[in-house]
Parts: sequence; C-alpha cells; structure tokens
Amino acid sequence: MKYLYFPGCSLKGTGKAYEESLLAVFRALGVELKEIDDWNCCGATAYMSVDEAKSYALAGRNLAIAEREELDVIAPCSACYLGLNKAQKSLQDHPEIRARVTKALAAAGLEYHGKVKVRHPLDVLINDVGLDAIAKRIKSPLKGHKFAPYYGCQIVRPFASFDDQYDPKTMDKLLAAAGAENVTFPLKTRCCGGSLTGTVPEVGLRLAYIILKEAKKRGAEAVVTVCPLCQFNLDGYQDQIARKFEAVDMPVVYFTQVLGLAMGLSADELGLKRSIISADVVLAGR
Amino acid sequence: MAITQMMKYEADRDADFARWATSQTGGENLRHCIQCGVCSATCPLSLYMDYTPRRLINLAREGFKNEVLSSLTIWLCASCYACRVECPKKIQVTDIMYALKRRAIQEGVYPKRFPIPVLAKEFGRMIFMWGRVNETLLVIDLFLRTNWFKFLSMTGLGLNLMRTGRMSFLPDSIRRKDELRKILNALEADKTEVAK
Repeated sequence: MKYLYFPGCSLKGTGKAYEESLLAVFRALGVELKEIDDWNCCGATAYMSVDEAKSYALAGRNLAIAEREELDVIAPCSACYLGLNKAQKSLQDHPEIRARVTKALAAAGLEYHGKVKVRHPLDVLINDVGLDAIAKRIKSPLKGHKFAPYYGCQIVRPFASFDDQYDPKTMDKLLAAAGAENVTFPLKTRCCGGSLTGTVPEVGLRLAYIILKEAKKRGAEAVVTVCPLCQFNLDGYQDQIARKFEAVDMPVVYFTQVLGLAMGLSADELGLKRSIISADVVLAGR
Repeated sequence: MAITQMMKYEADRDADFARWATSQTGGENLRHCIQCGVCSATCPLSLYMDYTPRRLINLAREGFKNEVLSSLTIWLCASCYACRVECPKKIQVTDIMYALKRRAIQEGVYPKRFPIPVLAKEFGRMIFMWGRVNETLLVIDLFLRTNWFKFLSMTGLGLNLMRTGRMSFLPDSIRRKDELRKILNALEADKTEVAK
C-alpha cells in the first residue's frame, strides 16, 4: 500500500507530534507515505477571505503535482483535507472558475485534471488497512484508559465522504481497537474556536473551554483529536482558560499517538513529549 | 432633539450589492432562504455576533451593503460549516461569509486594527513570499500590526511552544517559488482584465 502525503504547514510546525506519530504508525502498519514534492500551503481558511480563485489555485498546484503519480493523497490536517477537497468540488461545479485556474496553472507549466482523491488518514486506516489488520498489530492495549473522541468541524463538514456527519465513529472504532474506552461525547463535531482563539480570545477561549469542560465532565482522561489546530487550541491555551474560567488540566493528544502506543511504539517517537499539558496519564500502565 | 431616519426606505437599498451577493459562489440560492433561523441556532458564534447569520443573510440579499460589510458577524464566522449542513434550503452560508469578507477587505471597510482581516492579508503575503506559512512568524507579525501589547500576554504560550519544540523562527520555503508566483500573478492579471 502506498499513498502520497500532504503534510501542510502545521504538521511541520506546531503540529509536529501529529506528523511524527502518523508516520510512525503508518510505517509500523507497512503503509508507505511519500511526501508530495515541493507542496505549498493549502490556503487554510484565511486565504479564502482574500481571493477565491487564488485560493483554489493554491490547492490546484498541489493537486496538479500529485496527479503525476497515480496515488491517493492523504491529508491529515482538517483544514488541508477540506481545502483540497473543496477546491476539487468547486472546480468541478464551476466551469468558469476552473477555466481561470487551469489557465493560471498552465502559465507555470502545470496541468490539472481533477483526478486525484484526497483522503483522511482515518478513512485510509478504517477502509483500506482495515480494523482486523490493525487489531493484529495491537501489542499493549490501553486497558482502563478513557478518552473523549473529538473530530472537530472540517473533516465531516460540509462533506461527509467517509463518516457520519452528526455522529462520526471511525476514530471511536480505532480507539476501541486499541483497547481504550470512549466516553459518550456529544461535542464530537463542535467548533474548537478555530483561529478565533488567537485573534479574538474573549470569544475563542470560551469555545475551547466548552469542549475541555465537557470532556472532563464525561470522565475522559484526555481529549483525542484529528486536527493540529484543535490540538493547538485545546492544549496550548489551557493556562489562559484557567485564568479566564477555571483550570481544566486536560491532556489533548492525536489519535495516531494513542494508536501508536497500543501498537507498542515509544512515547518519544510518537511526539508525546510535545504536549503542553502533560500527556503522562495516557502512558500510565506501560 | 435631532430626528434621524432609523430605518431604510426601499429606495435606499443598494440593488447592485444585492445582485452581486446573489451571484457569488454559494450565494446563487440566497433568494430561497425562508428565514427559519436554523443557521443562527446551530452557529456556535451567533451569540457574539452583531447580526445573527439569519439576519445577515436577509440584509445581504436585500442590499444593505454597509450594514453587512461593516458587521462583526462575517469576521466571527470560524468556518465550521454547521449552518451549511443544517440549512433546509442548502444555502452555502459559509461561502457567502467568505464572499462578504473578500468584499469588505477590497473596500477596506472592516473594523480598524481588527486582527482577522489583517491575519488573512498577512497569510496571503506569506504564501506569496515563501509558498508556506510559518505559524510563529505569522502570529508575531499579526500582533505587531494590531495590538503589540496583547502580544505580551502570549509569551506564556510562546515559552511553552519553545519548550516542546513546536516553534520555529525560520520561514519554511518551497523550492519552486517562481512557479507559484507565476500562477498567482496570472490570476491577478486575469482579474484586472475581467474588471476592464
């Protein structure tokens, strides 16, 4: 099994632990990931507020480069995953924008045909690798550990290509396969605050606090996330949340870190030391 | 006591703006909105907005240009797409918000020193320069341009990120910057052409 890998800016920066744990888990499962050559920023949510066609062209360059190889693309960051998929869909639905974007790409010698599939690692793990194959690799199950599976917005909205829009379950299944217990978590797909946590903290911090508080109330020892921005907001701003509301002291880890631990990988190679709120509780018992 | 007109006459509305709004990507079926308010009910930010999403949609399609473009609402939308998924008329509210943000930036009518439009523009500049975004540099740049004092309150976070090796002060750059700039410049030239 082989895929192209689109890391995006966060996985090379504040979300390093996501890249480290994702690559380690896929390597251990025997799945090859090849980083897309010279990829550029996906545009995230910010660039769409500046220029629509250019925003699609940013995605277009990445997709055009990816098209040279007949492989699906894995995009672990929710903003990249949506940005690339949204561009594909819009370029398909709006021929006039597509014409402008393909012409601009052609000016740089690139061709875009819209034939690449952009997928989330959860989708690939559940539907290509399969739960059975993963279960066979579990060496030290996370018995007695309780997690709040938190999916955030952009992997199930607006498109729901591989999971339920209201009650996604793919991560729940992986965590259960890893031997952990999932608490019932109704805020699974509620917004973490996105970039508002940094830009308008009086608003953004409240949204992050709501997620953390609910996870605590439900008895979770950690929130498990699939998105570098969710992880950053929920983990990085807890001291400010403590000052404004109350101390929650809730570790926030990536699903790949939890899965990796159960597969017998070390805390170091999974980037677990990069959590600002110590994630040692997840390591208890190993 | 001076008497001012508190509401608009129908003739005061900007019909061109209404036509523009309904011609944007995602705004095509703006006229189908039945004002049910599901967008406002699902929106996690609506309680901070000056106009709820339902009201904003109505103002936009009726041509209340100034109210819409200078609203806080468009900048508080975090793009979580909850409204779009729930809308019984399949109106792409998030995309309409994006179109309104673009227009507000173009016309320079957003609240002064408000960080979000500044962030969006700096983000664009950084991509043109390097092709990728360095989050550390972006945040520093943002605070210097909006509120350097607030930057001090972020030092705790900065130290934590440094301690955990998640911060970098070197811009991460693509190799073929010329290729990307050619694409962006071609679209810029194309836009000027369309405007003519």
